[in-house]
Amino acid sequence: MREKLRTTTGRLGLAGTASAVFLLVVLLIALAAPLLAPADPNRQSLLDAYTGPSAAHLLGADGIGRDILSRLMFGARTSLLGPALVVGVSLLVGIPLALLASWYGGWVDAVVARVFDLIYALPGLLLAVLTVALFGPGLTPAVAALSIAYVPFLARIVRAAARQQRVSPYVDALSVQGFGVLRISVGHVLRNIAPTVVGQAAIAFGYALLDLASLSYLGLAVQAPTPDWGVMVSDTDALLKGYWLPVIAPGVLIVLTVLALTVLGARISGEKPPRYLRRAKRTGDRRVPNTAPVGTPNQKETTVGAVG
Amino acid sequence: MSGPLLELSGLTVDIATEDGAPRTLLDGIDLTLARGEALGLVGESGSGKSMTVRAITRLLPAAARASGTIRFEGADVGAMDGSALRAYRDGGVGLVFQDPRAHINPTRRIGAFLIEALVRNRKVPRREALARAAAVLAEVGIDDPARRLRQYPHEISGGMLQRVMIASVLLAEPRLILADEPTTALDVTIQQEVVAILDRLRRERGMGMVFITHDLDLALAVCGRVAVMYAGRIVELRSADTLHERAAHPYTAGLLGSRPAIDRRAERLAAIPGRPVSAFESGQGCAFAPRCAHARPACEQRPPELTEFDGGLVRCARVTEIRPARPSKEASV
Repeated sequence: MREKLRTTTGRLGLAGTASAVFLLVVLLIALAAPLLAPADPNRQSLLDAYTGPSAAHLLGADGIGRDILSRLMFGARTSLLGPALVVGVSLLVGIPLALLASWYGGWVDAVVARVFDLIYALPGLLLAVLTVALFGPGLTPAVAALSIAYVPFLARIVRAAARQQRVSPYVDALSVQGFGVLRISVGHVLRNIAPTVVGQAAIAFGYALLDLASLSYLGLAVQAPTPDWGVMVSDTDALLKGYWLPVIAPGVLIVLTVLALTVLGARISGEKPPRYLRRAKRTGDRRVPNTAPVGTPNQKETTVGAVG
Repeated sequence: MSGPLLELSGLTVDIATEDGAPRTLLDGIDLTLARGEALGLVGESGSGKSMTVRAITRLLPAAARASGTIRFEGADVGAMDGSALRAYRDGGVGLVFQDPRAHINPTRRIGAFLIEALVRNRKVPRREALARAAAVLAEVGIDDPARRLRQYPHEISGGMLQRVMIASVLLAEPRLILADEPTTALDVTIQQEVVAILDRLRRERGMGMVFITHDLDLALAVCGRVAVMYAGRIVELRSADTLHERAAHPYTAGLLGSRPAIDRRAERLAAIPGRPVSAFESGQGCAFAPRCAHARPACEQRPPELTEFDGGLVRCARVTEIRPARPSKEASV
């Protein structure tokens, strides 16, 4: 057990391990928010409005006296749930399409790849704004729109990695053993490219979090009383009155979470950490096993400068 | 069941090229294989040996087009649909690849590799499949099979991995084993062992085998009949004994003559002049004519047919002139 932990941390590196630990802590806090939160996130006490950190409110209270720490804890739930749904749905749609395209090649592949390109050309946020315009604001339409927009972001990586596996001799050998598309694609190809997929999913999760926060900030996704990091950042009233903590605290959390997801994602998919993060002396073997990871490709520019 | 196990007739494979003109890789291969028989397929690189095997297993590259018929136990392999093809590949043929390292998924344990077909295709319980896998590993001469089952392919040597591959084919108990240069990637000392294991276990189980190699001696030792291929055609198909005694086709004779011998000193080994050609490079006449010491102008004009000779088949227009029939007894084999 201890040895397994050590090889995992060795493979993720210092930055990757720190990111994983941070994300784990955020996730646990989100799950246990009702137990951990010092106060009801929606209880107002106008007497405490815009008080700084105190024993009663560790991170202070916002304009209507709600406990900021509690709101951050509960906000983690909505802020993580949205991206999880987006990434989940995108993977569910994207992986089968990508695997089929890479398996059959030819015109099947051409059609699927062009459809991906087409969706890829639409900015996710724009699609979300359009959906909200049609169906009204809320988390569901925003998540639905982003799920579609994120399909190519994930599926293109899966397709490229799967194509690489498709032409390796072991796939031929498996066909000759009498296995069909499903067994080879899921049991072997997908398994072998799993690090790439998981890594890319983590990065996509970060982008989705940012996109949803942007939409919530604009009032298009999560609606006001519900605690959400994006909603909290949009508290311009506090900023105008010179109270920065109610806005900065969720902002920092968004930045740190997205950063951690990106670092972890890159490490999982086998990308080397940037030079300045690498220790001078290599400790242990950091090579990932022979699963032919594809590098993280050009990242999508869906992050319109809406936050901050 | 009666009838041959495998029957190729007029098997021709063309591959489309970028300039649009198809190139012939295999040109009218006729072969039959009886149940439990071992047939050697010998030739240089590019002669079409591996293409033949790929055509038999329907593993041709997407750009290749096959014509002619392949019958396995009477069923037309070319006409098989998805499920029939899977069944044929599952229990009909087993393929031993040249390079086991590339043909086994490197991220799965050896145990998982060996039992996958049994568990998924035959619904054998996992525990029983593992027991069978261990037993077959022991049969192919791997000690401590229980431990090997838990290892990854990169943890064991190439020779051992080839034995694992042979074990995987034996576990599926196919009626026909196709061995595509199974020993080329191995050490000479290991080669002999691996071939001996393959041959013995095949005989014990009554499986037919097509054994592909560029080592004529090896084919003669393992197989009852040997087909020599040149430029996508069979140039000589005879029983191993008569072929070993006296090659009929000038190409086979050249191959036999270019071997080193342990009881003979030679400064230089004899070589066949020129280089091997592919089927699409050969002219309208005999493909071997440009390199043949016996060639006459007529050889370059008309392609020779496979004709009966000394109990086998030979594709040489002048075979009766250059290899006069032997007196009496064996002439009518």
